[in-house]
Amino acid sequence: MSFASARFLGFLAVLFVLYYLIPRRHQWKLLLAGSLFFYWFAGWYCLIYIGVTAVTTWLAGRKVGSLLERQERYLAEHRAEMSREERKAYQAAARKVRFRWMMACLLLNFGILAVVKYAAFVVENLNGGLALAGAPGLPVPDLVLPMGISFYTFQAMGYLLDVYRGKYPAERSLGRFALFVTFFPQLIQGPISRFNELSPSLYAEHEWDSRQIAMGAERALWGLAKKLIVADRLAIPLRALVAEPDKYQGVYVIAVIFLYAVQLYADFTGGIDITIGVARMLGVQVTENFERPFFSKNTAEYWRRWHITMGTWFRDYVFYPMSVSKPILNLHKKAKNWLWGFGKKLSVYLCTIILWFVTGIWHGASWNFIVWGLLNGVVILVSQSCEPLYAKFHAKFPRLKGTFGYRLFEVARTFWLMGLIRVLDVYRDVPLTFRQVGTILTSFHPSVLWNGSFLELGVTAGDWVVAALGGLAMLGVSLCSRSEPLWPRLTDRPNLARGFCAALILLTLVFGVYGIGYDATQFIYNQF
Amino acid sequence: MKTKKKSAVLATLAWILAVAAGLWLLTGLLTPKYMTDIQEGALIAEYYKEKTDHDVVFIGDCEVYENFSPDVLWREYGVTSYIRGSAQQLIWQSYYLLEETLKYETPKVVVFNVLSMKYDEPQSEPYNRMTLDGMRLSPAKIGSIRASMTEEEDMLSYLFPLLRYHSRWGELTGEDVTYWFRRDIVSDSGYLMNVGTRPAENVPEGAPLADYRFSDVCWDYLDRMAELCAEHGVQFVLVKAPSLYPYWYDQWEEQIEDYAAEKGLPYLNFLELIDETGLDFDTDTYDNGLHLNLYGAEKLSRWFGAWLAENTPVEDRREQPDYAEIWNEKSAVYAARQARLEAERDAA
Repeated sequence: MSFASARFLGFLAVLFVLYYLIPRRHQWKLLLAGSLFFYWFAGWYCLIYIGVTAVTTWLAGRKVGSLLERQERYLAEHRAEMSREERKAYQAAARKVRFRWMMACLLLNFGILAVVKYAAFVVENLNGGLALAGAPGLPVPDLVLPMGISFYTFQAMGYLLDVYRGKYPAERSLGRFALFVTFFPQLIQGPISRFNELSPSLYAEHEWDSRQIAMGAERALWGLAKKLIVADRLAIPLRALVAEPDKYQGVYVIAVIFLYAVQLYADFTGGIDITIGVARMLGVQVTENFERPFFSKNTAEYWRRWHITMGTWFRDYVFYPMSVSKPILNLHKKAKNWLWGFGKKLSVYLCTIILWFVTGIWHGASWNFIVWGLLNGVVILVSQSCEPLYAKFHAKFPRLKGTFGYRLFEVARTFWLMGLIRVLDVYRDVPLTFRQVGTILTSFHPSVLWNGSFLELGVTAGDWVVAALGGLAMLGVSLCSRSEPLWPRLTDRPNLARGFCAALILLTLVFGVYGIGYDATQFIYNQF
Repeated sequence: MKTKKKSAVLATLAWILAVAAGLWLLTGLLTPKYMTDIQEGALIAEYYKEKTDHDVVFIGDCEVYENFSPDVLWREYGVTSYIRGSAQQLIWQSYYLLEETLKYETPKVVVFNVLSMKYDEPQSEPYNRMTLDGMRLSPAKIGSIRASMTEEEDMLSYLFPLLRYHSRWGELTGEDVTYWFRRDIVSDSGYLMNVGTRPAENVPEGAPLADYRFSDVCWDYLDRMAELCAEHGVQFVLVKAPSLYPYWYDQWEEQIEDYAAEKGLPYLNFLELIDETGLDFDTDTYDNGLHLNLYGAEKLSRWFGAWLAENTPVEDRREQPDYAEIWNEKSAVYAARQARLEAERDAA
């Protein structure tokens, strides 16, 4: 059930009405039932996958949480009788027991994710090696990827790791925990919420709040408009450009980089706007996932502002634990004097590269995502290593840094650099992507920009105008949100807000890309 | 506080009404008008503008709305008739149109053209649209939509045509603005006039089929039409129009003949009555024998009018002032249209 479908609108309307009609203590139960119903539309078998993740994580969380409680209670009760060494030894032993329970659950759930998402990729690559050796290949498993598995698995595992670390107590109710894992607005494409941030409003009793509901509706409508008017319209020429890479080179590749950046932004942020808006209409506060990322001045900042919850998940549960793990600390100790002091950075480099490798493969089981992740890591490391050079440069030209022109240069540089890496996601073939990017230098024919070639890509001049106006509207909204969020300000001007919603409804119905004659486009991040 | 709440509710209602008005206006603008091109699309909706009931109602596809002239039936026999036909009208669409028609009036005779027996599943969305969009919202329309939808279609877009036609914003022409709030009458009692001539030459033989049997679905709808007519005391007449193509197989003919004999229904295959009707496929067709032109349709209607007068309980109403006033006016429009089309043809 796509967010951009009449079926979803119908489902939401019924759920919304019931939600504010039933006794408030039952609201979370209705949300759970609605979420399971929503997920059932993706295929009944998906319910088994998500059910296994919810139940096993809840059980493991309960076990780890109760072990932690018991161990802390024991320590508190026997504090006086135990020496410091005994306390340490007890804590280490207790942590080991909790760790085993946690690891069992992590292995099971990441194992499920690995099998359904990566088994085919691994076997295909193994077969490549076997073919070179002249050996027969293995059968490639053909498993269907359950909708949103990467998102809900990461969200559930994040909860378990937090419980293990004692960040908050385990949830006692299986039903409530199942709602945390399956909450339908964020099931398709995130954000990857933290339990302590989502659960207070998710389980709370909500009375009718016109302001919150209006704000949610405005946000959801805006997301839908971005998706249907801009993202799905740009998907048409992009499909044409990618389908014939030999024909579309040079300037066309620059167009692919630019158009895909806008399409992905409209698609992904559109989906997240719908998620946050729908959740807010139900009184639930979902974490923001974007903070005007195309205004970033460098790659590291970009990744702090794009898909924020994924970035922080990897930072908190992969990068930090890995950086302080024994093997990495040992490596740091050993390597710090290598290569005239360069070795002291080796552990950071290694952790960064591993982090981006994992981030890449999280996005998809293919080499283009792995190379995409590694390139991001390399660019971030190179940027960090060049910082002394930048500092020298700015010391020489101190006035330059604060100027509007220089800031614009930094924003444009980051936009195109990220676009250049992101294009791996478009062609989905590493050698082809490098070849295509290379043609920017070898077959640069700018005349295609004005000789009408762009009108032969499945869209009319009118479509380009609509997409451009949509893009400008997105830019306008981003600019309006610079100092403070736009939505509360808009909601505080009721007639302006109503007019905004009315215009969005009419514009989306007329200029949206949907129905017969168009290929309905799924949200891009659904596939992750 | 209470006043503030009240004004907020009123303001919201006003905006909802504004959106509804906007949707209505946009739907009117973006829906195809079928006034100057593909006029077949306008035929079904024109029925609701009729001022009298009819003794004969024709139901079927292009083989009825191109081949029979209600004006000839009136002028020469005083028979009032109307054609409820549209392009590639499938048999279930004919059934639901008949069901709907019988809610508005009870004719003495219903004439059904049997060519659509060859189609047992939904065919094409554009043709569906031309038949279904023109129908008024009713259980018959819902039933017809349900039976007709291809895989890519959905009910919602029939109920809210903007969902289907929104992409026409880039194709709007002056016609869309001219006919935003009104429509002209493009047919003469459902007959779509064509005065061109293109002789039938080298009509291809039908390719052999793996199975000549009509499907159960089609028989079922034919039975239902026959039953519906019987329930309303309407004489049900089966015809096969004299179109040379699509090819009408002997095996199909036998099945229809057997069915008509079994049910006691009159059946006229005009392909076997070419001499009797006086049709000449060198002069009486505008598209190589697929459809008759005005002159062919008038010949066919002249013969059929005589048959109706002799074999069915139709009345000569030319002396009935209520009918005469309306139908003479219709005849004048028909004559004017003929004169205009012939002048355009001769000028071309």
